[in-house]
Amino acid sequence: MLFFSFFKTLIDHEVTVELKNDIQIRGVLKSVDQYLNIKLDNIQVIEEIKYPHMSAVKNVFIRGSVVRYVHLPANAVDIPLLEDATRREAANQGAKAK
Amino acid sequence: MMENLSINDPAPPPPMPPHAPAGPGGIPPALGRPPPPQQQQLPAQMFTTAAQLLDLTDKKLMVALRDGRKLVGILRSWDQFANLVLQSTKERLFVPPGTAPNQPRGLYADIDRGLFVVRGENVLLLGEMDLDKEDDPPAGYDLADVAVVKKLAEQRKAQDKVREKKKVKLLAKEGFDSENLGEVLL
Repeated sequence: MLFFSFFKTLIDHEVTVELKNDIQIRGVLKSVDQYLNIKLDNIQVIEEIKYPHMSAVKNVFIRGSVVRYVHLPANAVDIPLLEDATRREAANQGAKAK
Repeated sequence: MMENLSINDPAPPPPMPPHAPAGPGGIPPALGRPPPPQQQQLPAQMFTTAAQLLDLTDKKLMVALRDGRKLVGILRSWDQFANLVLQSTKERLFVPPGTAPNQPRGLYADIDRGLFVVRGENVLLLGEMDLDKEDDPPAGYDLADVAVVKKLAEQRKAQDKVREKKKVKLLAKEGFDSENLGEVLL
């Protein structure tokens, strides 16, 4: 659930989502769910000319299973906090396993 | 349960749903930082597949499938796996420029398909059509006769297949595993 929480902190930031079929979509992150399905608003497709089917689309729901990368704005990510949260989650998982 | 859900509803009282571990505003305490005020207002059900698809219901959508097909239809029903019911669906075929000799512009055509139930795993993305732009052809593309576009699309597929085979062969020679180099989906 850590990455779900993490993505929730990025809501209303502009991100670029790269899909497994290489299309890259930039837009404002509007919503994310437990499968890491992503909703983007005000989208703009990189190399738009290659993807004519996207020309009349203004916002998208992307199924989490087809996402390859999410490019994030570096200044919206608090790395030490994320590291700390990761360790804490790992420790919690470890404690649960025992 | 989901049918009655609205993103305007207040967050449900505890117990919180399992996908939103407790914490102020539904943000788990794991990240330690108090959430910014605007996030505090977001109800927990903003973060379910149900809520994300709810505001696309009854809208005209472009659905891109894993096999490269593009469907345009009205979203009538869905579930948490993004299984979809689409009404008045048209399949939109695109042929990029240069598929046929002397074809400087791309072509597209719609084929009436009717009602679709799409299994969620095959969905790449759903896009809400901008109603102001939906009747304009995409930049560099012209509407053409279905039969023509269909024939060119098949031709294009065959071309791509040959090219893909060549690529896989070359990559295999360099030691890359060809099993995971599937077809290119656009």
